[in-house]
Amino acid sequence: MASLQTDFLGIRSPNPFWLASAPPTDKQFNVLRAFEAGWGGVVWKTLGSQIKNVSSRYSAVDYHGSRVMGLNNIELISDRPLDLNLSEIKECVRLFPDRAMIVSLMADNDRQSWHELIKKVEDTGAHGLELNFGCPHGMTERGMGAAVGQDPEIARLVVEWVMEVATIPVITKLTPNVHSVVPTGRASVEAGSQALSLINTIQSVTGVDLDTFIPNPNVGGKSTFGGYCGPAVKPIALKMLTTIAQDPVTSRVPVSGIGGISTWKDAAEFMLLGSTTVQVCTAVMKHGFRIIDDLCDGLSNWMDEKGFTKTTDFIGRSVQTLTSWEDLDLNYHIVARINPDKCIHCGLCYIACEDASHQSISLTPGHPYNEYTIKEEECVGCNLCKLVCPVDSCITMVEKRVGPDYLNWKEFQRRGLPLNDH
Amino acid sequence: MIRDNRLSDAEYAQNFSDIHPPFETRDAALVDANRCLYCYDAPCTKSCPTGIDVPRFIKQIVTDNVKGSAHTIFQSNIMGGGCARVCPVEKLCEGACVYNLMEETPIPIARLQRYATEKAIREKWPLFQRSKPTGKKVAIVGAGPSGLSAAHVLARAGVDVTIYEKEQKGGGLMTYGVAAYKITPEFCAEELDYILSIGGIAIRYEQQLGRNLQLSHLRQQYDAVYLAFGVGLARRLDIPGEDLEGVVDAIRFIWSIRAEGYPATPVGDRVAVIGMGMTAIDAATQARRLGAKEVTLVYRRTQAEMPCTETELDIAKLDGCNIIWLAAPKSVLGAGGRVTQLLCSVMEPGPPDASGRRRPVDTGRTITLDVDMVIKAAGQMPYETLVADETIAHDKGRVSIDSNGATNIPGVFAGGDNVNGGKEVVDAVQAGKDAAAAILSYINN
Repeated sequence: MASLQTDFLGIRSPNPFWLASAPPTDKQFNVLRAFEAGWGGVVWKTLGSQIKNVSSRYSAVDYHGSRVMGLNNIELISDRPLDLNLSEIKECVRLFPDRAMIVSLMADNDRQSWHELIKKVEDTGAHGLELNFGCPHGMTERGMGAAVGQDPEIARLVVEWVMEVATIPVITKLTPNVHSVVPTGRASVEAGSQALSLINTIQSVTGVDLDTFIPNPNVGGKSTFGGYCGPAVKPIALKMLTTIAQDPVTSRVPVSGIGGISTWKDAAEFMLLGSTTVQVCTAVMKHGFRIIDDLCDGLSNWMDEKGFTKTTDFIGRSVQTLTSWEDLDLNYHIVARINPDKCIHCGLCYIACEDASHQSISLTPGHPYNEYTIKEEECVGCNLCKLVCPVDSCITMVEKRVGPDYLNWKEFQRRGLPLNDH
Repeated sequence: MIRDNRLSDAEYAQNFSDIHPPFETRDAALVDANRCLYCYDAPCTKSCPTGIDVPRFIKQIVTDNVKGSAHTIFQSNIMGGGCARVCPVEKLCEGACVYNLMEETPIPIARLQRYATEKAIREKWPLFQRSKPTGKKVAIVGAGPSGLSAAHVLARAGVDVTIYEKEQKGGGLMTYGVAAYKITPEFCAEELDYILSIGGIAIRYEQQLGRNLQLSHLRQQYDAVYLAFGVGLARRLDIPGEDLEGVVDAIRFIWSIRAEGYPATPVGDRVAVIGMGMTAIDAATQARRLGAKEVTLVYRRTQAEMPCTETELDIAKLDGCNIIWLAAPKSVLGAGGRVTQLLCSVMEPGPPDASGRRRPVDTGRTITLDVDMVIKAAGQMPYETLVADETIAHDKGRVSIDSNGATNIPGVFAGGDNVNGGKEVVDAVQAGKDAAAAILSYINN
């Protein structure tokens, strides 16, 4: 059976599943419950500057009957006394020495504050530090959180302060509220950060109440931009993760992936694109710590099926398959095929192709069931029909190469081959 | 013994409670509404005689546009509320749902339709505007589904409509001829009020063609006439003993339950119901629910040929009705003028008949059922004498119409059960729509 044992800069955990810095990791009570449930590690909710929270704090986006496709929060960093947090961290480390204990930090914006905070945290026996350069609300107005992460030079400066005193591994957590996560990632690594984690939450407005006209979440008749997370942000996180995994500077350090991870499949995808560990929050906010069972079990079973014995067998494996558009093979061509035995005649492929793609599906009227067939000569192989088909494997994409050789855009242009020919 | 008042009020209420209860909450409706795939050129819509855009109205429930959803339903079927309760959806929309092809439970279309329409009817949403009155007048004979459907289309178009109805209430068989656990007379009254709320429709009750109403007068007073008086005469069995006390017809039996109430409707201890159509099922199940100790459905063919749906048969089975296939009533036996037994010939399936179904052939053997009541539900007959007396062209009593719904008499149109011999409510509604379109074209030219 595959081993999920993870080593992140020497920080060991029995599995790659850490809880992200967030409400589930803000006190001993939760963290001990998480460890008892089997979580590999936690990133303790951010300690640092003194704050005051508002009520309410969360809002969500539901989709087609499913709750919390995306979650938005305007909660700040820990609002508990620092000493209480530190003593609880120490106790958790003592009770579960085999689990990773990372502490998230966001000190006031001066060297001394960072130094004092780091020393206090290291005294707890924690295994690593995560620098919160990502929180997009509340702290940014005071020059902290995303205000640091959005400016590579400020980030570099703060990491340098940190590295002057830190004796345990330092992970810098990146904000996605930038054009590219790479500049701040590079600056952090160049300043000495031994690892990166991403993404933090994305600034958002989840919606507007159509009765009160007030956006969510409603705080006494007003709202504010919050941080968006949950399954909805996963594709964005995967893209940003890939850019870090592909950059010559940032790819030198291990990454802890974050962003909408709800299942072992999500985790495997993050790991294939370069994450050594993954951090989970929204899925636990919705379902509790018990989801760890299937995260571990599913990942382990998949690894067995694929012949992987340890996570490093596949971490980063898919990074090199993400290339730039101009390197894609223009001779590769696929066409859709509908399996008539599986077709339930819902017409969804037809109307999608007819109204939104290339009119490549023909309709033979029937009562009450129409027949749908692919016009192969019209099909551009866009996948849309297959994506909207509600039946698994009813529509498959069949390879029909245009030419035998690999032919990319540059070569295509060089040869003067015809454009706009469809 | 045949007697009324067999049960307590609480027992009646329990026995006749809604067989398909509505969704209790929006959440519950959304669970099912969200399953709908929103098919294109949807098989459910194509299987609805009125062509309700089912994916559209379900989508509108999902988006919390229930008003739009009700409008979508009513614009195709103004009796969409009643049809949501009485339609044999297992052979129409739900039977065609593509989930069936995945071996999955189909979308509960009727229940969702009820969700949207019930709100509209209860809260009296004015979803349709009547056009400016045109000064045209149309008479409709019969306030059943077909007549009301035609009336609504005509009223919307600004026509003044007068409906002549032989009963004391409108709704036709919806009000008088369906099992009460499917649809209550109270709902039928609400639905009727809702249809009439558009304005421009007057109903004159207890007006029966051939009795106190003459077609010639209607033709003189109105620009057009629509005949939608349905069918109504129970088919006679033409067997000895048919006139004994205790032999009743199912239409009359169900009419009594609905018009006079549960306690006032007498029922026997041991009841035989003859036939296996929807009406036979409605009679048998309601006889049980009124307190009959034993109810037996007797049918001369096999299950393969039965006119009712499997779902209907299941209701009868679950109500504890006995079923005897391949038994044809031969005579009703009695004592002192009252029914005591039903003698049946035992049949076997023979070669196919004109309908394509295997014709039952008498084996010569008989069986005898000890019963004190016989309910005849062997089909309904058109009003042949009435039609002939009014010189309306017909085929064995069924009014003959051309492709525009017109009869042989100028300005007189017909549709629904009196043309087709008796189909579903939803078919009658569509016939009313078609007729109204033809009438509008006729009176505006």
